[in-house]
Amino acid sequence: MKINVIDREGRQHELEATPGWKIMEVIREAGLDIKAECGGCCVCSTCHVYVDDAWLDRLPAIEEDEEEILDDACELKPASRLSCQLKMAEELDGLTVTLAPEWA
Amino acid sequence: MDAIKTDVVIVGAGPCGLFAVFELGLLDLKCHVVDVLDKPGGQCAEFYPEKPIYDIPGTPSCTGQELTDRLLQQIRPFDPEFHYGEMVESLEKLENGNWLLRTDGGKVFEAPVVVIAAGGGSFMPKKVTLPNAAEFEGKSLFYAVRKMENFRDKRLLIVGGGDSALDWTLNLQPLAKSTTLMHRRQEFRAAPDSVNKAFGMVDAGGLSFIAGNLSGLHGSDGQLEAVSIKPTDGGEEIHHECDNLLVFYGLTMKLGPIAGFGLNLHENRIVVDTEKFETSVPGIFAIGDINWYPGKLKLILSGFHEAALMAQQAKRIAHPGQKVLFQYTTTSTALVSKLGVAA
Repeated sequence: MKINVIDREGRQHELEATPGWKIMEVIREAGLDIKAECGGCCVCSTCHVYVDDAWLDRLPAIEEDEEEILDDACELKPASRLSCQLKMAEELDGLTVTLAPEWA
Repeated sequence: MDAIKTDVVIVGAGPCGLFAVFELGLLDLKCHVVDVLDKPGGQCAEFYPEKPIYDIPGTPSCTGQELTDRLLQQIRPFDPEFHYGEMVESLEKLENGNWLLRTDGGKVFEAPVVVIAAGGGSFMPKKVTLPNAAEFEGKSLFYAVRKMENFRDKRLLIVGGGDSALDWTLNLQPLAKSTTLMHRRQEFRAAPDSVNKAFGMVDAGGLSFIAGNLSGLHGSDGQLEAVSIKPTDGGEEIHHECDNLLVFYGLTMKLGPIAGFGLNLHENRIVVDTEKFETSVPGIFAIGDINWYPGKLKLILSGFHEAALMAQQAKRIAHPGQKVLFQYTTTSTALVSKLGVAA
């Protein structure tokens, strides 16, 4: 299974994604520049990504705690998600996300 | 200001910085602890106060706040002195071999040993990312309130959805000429009482609320005149006049001034050896999440281990010539008396 990640310089990376891993973990373990300060417990918003439009409706709905933390996400867009709240699974094979900007 | 002289200055009051007080204290080293936050606990206090931690040895489950409280209790016999709300800005070597540290609050420390236990760096406010934001920062765009009087008779725009945004809205509204609160949605992550008070003010006409996000800053010479706002409902961009913009987006961790201390770094973390956890500069140690060595795991328990080994070398530097005797708290009457517990 794979996901595609576009970094902040616009480069695309095809990453091997293990089912059950958080998308944040897939990105972090590949060595891409994602802060994920809180380690994935949905309190910091620094694993913020933009989900490719084609995938938006195919993702699990945003839960209340993710919605709350998105309040603090940098340059929020309708396609914003926290990648620590998305778990790799068969139906996400081929998912494309873009790393959101970091806070200044 | 006269320098505070001590054996060890610990930068960071997270779990590893706190436990370092214990290990250093057993070796008779007196510690001052500096932290940029206004409370102890570091990430445990800022991120996980209510969330459970399951991997502290001998403690099947405790929250970040409980761990912090227990560490504070454990180190109390060593009477550490805490300096909260201060960020260490500079570090220089004195001719006598000691280190001189200065904080942004004007405090000065002199010590033979410095322990950097700064986790992911200093917690600092998340700043507006609009390209011209820096032009207004500190002049008409603020991330903290130092003096409320500065906002008297101003047209204020306060942005954010947490307690800071709400509290400052409630506190500044009576002084300001006009006050507008903006958040991306109607729901707030704040004390319900504050939210009710704020919306009571909106109903009474003393406060405006906008659901939206900042999209532009307008003004000259650092003085804001207006901002552009994108309404959350997708409506047309709003031009909103204001004199001062107060932004409360929460905190993020930055390495900050530590990057300029002249220490060898590896991907923004401080390289240490795994015998003494000393940095590339003798007398300066780094423990916990901020350090890096091959195989490093960012676990609290790793930081505790690092604190114990660091303390051995810190003792040799701070009290040269004294023999370091390895002892157990269980069997050493000397250690037991330092801890103030009954043998």
